[in-house]
Amino acid sequence: MKLPRWLKLGLLALGLSLVGAQAQGVTVTISCGSVGKGYNFCKEGAEAWAKRTGNKVRVLASPKSTTDRLALYQQQLAAGSDEVDVYMIDVIWPGILGEFFVDLNDYVEPKVKADFFPALIKANTVDGRLVGLPWFTDAGILYYRKDLLEKYGFSAPPTTWDELKAMAEKIQAGERKTNPKFWGFVWQGAAYEGLTCDALEWIYSYGGGTIVDEAGNITINNPRAAAALKMAKSWVNTISPPGVLAYMEEEARGVWQAGNAAFMRNWPYAYALGNSPESPIRGKFDVTVLPKAATPEGRHAATLGGWQLAVNRFSKHKKEAVDLILYLTSYNEQKRRAIYGSYLPTRPALYKDPDVLSAVPFMGRLYDVFVNAVPRPSAQTKKKYNQVSAAFWTAVHSVLEGKVPAEMALRQLEMQLERIKGAGW
Amino acid sequence: MARRSLEQRRARIAWAFLAPTLVVLLVVAAYPLFRTFQLSLYRANLLDYPLRPEWVGLANYAYLIRDAYWWISVKNTVIFAVVSVSLETVLGLGIALLVNAKFPLRGAMRTAMLIPWAIPTVVSAQMWRWMYNDVYGVVNDLLLRAHLIEKPLAWLADPHLVLPAIIAVDVWKTTPFMALLLLAGLQSIPEELYEAATVDGASPVQQFWFITLPLLVPALLVALIFRTLDALRVFDVIYVMSGVNPSTMSMSVYARQQLVDFGALGYGSALSTGIFLVIALFVVLYLTALRVEVD
Repeated sequence: MKLPRWLKLGLLALGLSLVGAQAQGVTVTISCGSVGKGYNFCKEGAEAWAKRTGNKVRVLASPKSTTDRLALYQQQLAAGSDEVDVYMIDVIWPGILGEFFVDLNDYVEPKVKADFFPALIKANTVDGRLVGLPWFTDAGILYYRKDLLEKYGFSAPPTTWDELKAMAEKIQAGERKTNPKFWGFVWQGAAYEGLTCDALEWIYSYGGGTIVDEAGNITINNPRAAAALKMAKSWVNTISPPGVLAYMEEEARGVWQAGNAAFMRNWPYAYALGNSPESPIRGKFDVTVLPKAATPEGRHAATLGGWQLAVNRFSKHKKEAVDLILYLTSYNEQKRRAIYGSYLPTRPALYKDPDVLSAVPFMGRLYDVFVNAVPRPSAQTKKKYNQVSAAFWTAVHSVLEGKVPAEMALRQLEMQLERIKGAGW
Repeated sequence: MARRSLEQRRARIAWAFLAPTLVVLLVVAAYPLFRTFQLSLYRANLLDYPLRPEWVGLANYAYLIRDAYWWISVKNTVIFAVVSVSLETVLGLGIALLVNAKFPLRGAMRTAMLIPWAIPTVVSAQMWRWMYNDVYGVVNDLLLRAHLIEKPLAWLADPHLVLPAIIAVDVWKTTPFMALLLLAGLQSIPEELYEAATVDGASPVQQFWFITLPLLVPALLVALIFRTLDALRVFDVIYVMSGVNPSTMSMSVYARQQLVDFGALGYGSALSTGIFLVIALFVVLYLTALRVEVD
């Protein structure tokens, strides 16, 4: 059938207008994490919003590994892609990717911000721009075996690193008689971002600062930081397995959950897994705040983790996208996620909610840990954070391996950071 | 005169047939290489919006020459390539000779041999990571049971063990590929030569040294060049097993960190050009060696 050209065009235009009339609202695309049940929870939440507002959502899954996800997002955003409207971003990314996200101050009333943890709002603020809203948070915590502490005559978990070492040595010596694979303390010692988190906790708990202070000055080369690293070095091959220098979260959990460790440093996700029906240590452990240094400057420290929602500056539906992230970070949606998925809320009020506390009791007890969590220096070092972190974990790793003494490593690290900083962050 | 025009015509036809290949090569090889070199003369950060490239001339190369991490990565890569390719060649040759012999179920054997090579590297590297674990890993368990070691070794944490451990994984994975290439070479050697040698009273060992090996040289060289160039680009097995760790990082792992993690387009491109030059050096070495062989 041969139609005249004008008729074809006319039919096409008619078809397009019909499609347009059919679709109510707009389609907002959100990129969610795919770890554990994360994708399903995100999809349920986003679809509830779509139903309520008459818009549509498209939920994309992203790579499991944080580093790979950042690489993917960097490429999409650097290419100016408007494919994804809402990105789920790690707490250290606002400084790295911030320029590609919408300033939410233009869309959100100031009183909305007041409902979130101030530290999280601060972590999402780069040069005065609010680039993301916190969705769920994370902090490093100490896991300990209640049964073993009791067996060896300890009434409470350690509050200082010295106590932890003494307890770990005693329990390890005792357990080795029946289990040659037993170790006192496992943590994340591989050369990667996780080591930055662990080492920041040691150094901060000694009063040694946060590598780069809030004003952007490089503070890492100090005796307290050196003392913290020496302490960690002394664990390797005494209370911690030599292989800990290649452990990430899952390797540490592998040793811990098999019942081969008395203590573990990890994120809260290991709590639910350790209490799963098939876990050998089910009901035999508890969590608490990480120990501090036994010096006057000593204080408890937990590195801040967690995820935020941000709106792509190239998005064609900014208003709807902002509405979606306001819904996903709302009290009720976070409550649902806390109760059914044990995601840690970013609103202080939820830690007092009786429904949340009865479903996930440890959230109430660890409230102080989450409030006082220490951010990595990503806000001040901005796009150079990855370089700073890589230089830091490489230096720490070389100390733990015994290749370089702590003081010398920190001196070299300081020089390296000065070079990375150049004229400014 | 007529003859010359015939030659000219032939040359023209030859060019016409070559043209598609040349165009493809220009587009997929020469252009990216040129762009990489061009980018290496700038300082640019992928994370800047908008992108703000700044001309810096050869400054990136000046830094590369003084960059200790670059030279560490070159050293690691060369050790990795030389050791792994040597082991793969020797083991691959042994396996090729074995499966070239006639025995029952030879077809099944040849197929089974390819399994390590067929598993995606990222998957097998992660598998080996778990097997190498110092506390719950099966490698230590077996060695302890066999009384070969007294206490568990931290394969991936001990700076002296981690590169050998990764090389072992690569040898496990790539030996089948080497064996396959060499098997093809073995099968091209005419059977009559062996029959004649047997009639002349040559022992199997003599047959190997005077018939098999010399006739296998072309296939062996192709396999060696293939594997060496591949090994010099190594990325996945090292990245999965030990991340960006100065004890093991290869040139590609380091360049990726600069380009992707740090968004350093300029310096990362300078590193890529450096990798190209190192690999080119090996190609020249091999080609020189090959020419000597042919003469």
